[in-house]
Amino acid sequence: MLENKTYIETFCTIQNNEITLNGETIFKSDSDLFADFSKKAYQNFDINYPKFFKMDNLSKLAFLAAELLLKNEIDESKENDIALVFANKSSSLDTDVKYQNSISDKENYFPSPAVFVYTLPNICIGEISIKHQLKSENSFFIFDAFNSEFMTNYAEVLLHTKKAEKVLCGWVEYYNEEYKAFLYLVANEGKTEHNKQIIENLYNK
Amino acid sequence: MEALKQELKAKIIEVLNLEDINVADVKDDDALFGDGLGLDSIDALELIVMLDKDYGIKLVDPKEGKNIFQSIETMAAYITANRTK
Repeated sequence: MLENKTYIETFCTIQNNEITLNGETIFKSDSDLFADFSKKAYQNFDINYPKFFKMDNLSKLAFLAAELLLKNEIDESKENDIALVFANKSSSLDTDVKYQNSISDKENYFPSPAVFVYTLPNICIGEISIKHQLKSENSFFIFDAFNSEFMTNYAEVLLHTKKAEKVLCGWVEYYNEEYKAFLYLVANEGKTEHNKQIIENLYNK
Repeated sequence: MEALKQELKAKIIEVLNLEDINVADVKDDDALFGDGLGLDSIDALELIVMLDKDYGIKLVDPKEGKNIFQSIETMAAYITANRTK
């Protein structure tokens, strides 16, 4: 039924030191490390949010992609009902390993609270929610690989049952300098149809 | 004491990832929390770990932190009086 169709409003991919928005490259850097790349991207897009530098790499990755998709979407004069549905493979393992290293030596046992708070993958959803004042539905799933069918179904259920007006969803994976973010905004109106095959194609671009 | 204050400013900026702040920006009597440097509760915990790790001071009463972490001035005075390394 036509009224049940959902659409992709906009999408963003971050990988290999490059950021694309709706298929167009909008930022590229020669930086070797994600820390340098993410800092340069933050500066390039004039994001004024000092807490960014306290985030772990998974949160920085998710935050940057969400920022580019939501900055023209959020109306600060009202409550924005945008659900967040993310998934990845490595959960928060990158930060978990860093934290483990800080507590593995009993003679040098100084666990960092600032690292510990990022030892859950859904913290990146919290960072985005705080930045954009979202009090919406949110979930973070762990899969072996990007599961376009699950993500498509989940976003459609949220929209069809009116749990959200829009859904920001996708893949945010970071482990040991290997990373990829593919986030997209799904709505009840738009030009690009939201279905498993199109999501799959955009993910693999 | 002056050297310790400069050391603390540099350490706080590094440990708390205060990217947009330089040592010269921090005055000795600036409030570390609230309207000053704008540190939060996780930062407070990091400062407690820093006292232990770098100066051998274990804070057993968290209420003490409120007075100790008022400013660089108060931190430096407390460390000078209580450091074990």
